[in-house]
Amino acid sequence: MSDVADRVRKIVVEHLGVEEGKVVEGASFIDDLGADSLDTVELVMAFEEEFGIEIPDDAAETIQTFGDAVKFINDAG
Amino acid sequence: MFDLTGKTALVTGASGGIGGAIARALHAAGATVGLSGTREAPLQDLAADLGDRAHVLPCNLSDRAEVDGLIKTATAAMGGVDILVNNAGITRDNLFMRMGDDDWDSVLEVNLTSTMRLSKTAIRPMMKARWGRIVNITSVVGATGNAGQANYAAAKAGMVGLSKSLAQEVATRGITVNCVAPGFIATAMTDKLDDDRKAAINSQIPAARMGTPEEIAAAVLYLASEEAGYVTGTTLHVNGGMAMS
Repeated sequence: MSDVADRVRKIVVEHLGVEEGKVVEGASFIDDLGADSLDTVELVMAFEEEFGIEIPDDAAETIQTFGDAVKFINDAG
Repeated sequence: MFDLTGKTALVTGASGGIGGAIARALHAAGATVGLSGTREAPLQDLAADLGDRAHVLPCNLSDRAEVDGLIKTATAAMGGVDILVNNAGITRDNLFMRMGDDDWDSVLEVNLTSTMRLSKTAIRPMMKARWGRIVNITSVVGATGNAGQANYAAAKAGMVGLSKSLAQEVATRGITVNCVAPGFIATAMTDKLDDDRKAAINSQIPAARMGTPEEIAAAVLYLASEEAGYVTGTTLHVNGGMAMS
């Protein structure tokens, strides 16, 4: 769990240029971390690559927060 | 100017007159080119003529499974697709009142839907690379309409709307999406016209002659280049002055 969360957090910090401390469980990529809709597409692409999984478009739309991403990846793995 | 050394370019419809000229121009500027088309023999001839940095990638654009596999095949052959030129097109001309569903569906599928599907697959790695060029070859009839070509004109106008929308979505990622709209171009197809018909066509063109495939290719080379990085969502009309807007 913590390993996945750390890897996801690292991607979010690198991609969105936000402080690590702001990437908390309920942090919304768009509302709290300053992402635009295209950033969220790119984040999903980065998660797919990092974890070697495929995230279908309809599932990707449900990943709104850092916690959503960690949960989805844990469930997928 | 317009140096494409180190870039990879996929050109659909490379077996045709315009597509072949586009592939030659990009290759001459230093790009590695993927030559796609339904007929393999002319692609092999072109690749043999170009020598190094040319890959034959046959694909039937009316088959969605083949379309979805093309970018993957091209990436495997060339290491990526930095530049995508959606040039392939077919016509099924008929008066609108006599145009069957098949005439409509096949023209929309090959000309418009394949452009969407190839762009969708190609754009992911372009976004990651923060660089990409998509050049869609439309037609003057997409802007003017043409009796007997409701399907073709709709598909070409559709490519313009697609290009403008996509251009807005990916502009911040260093990716440009543009169209080149040829007017009447001298190809094997127009060679078959008789002299009277050719004269009638030329009388409608301010330049009073048909264009050459190389003149289309030069426009594509420009839009594919680093220098055109600030040009996106536009249509470059190459038509000897027909249909100025």
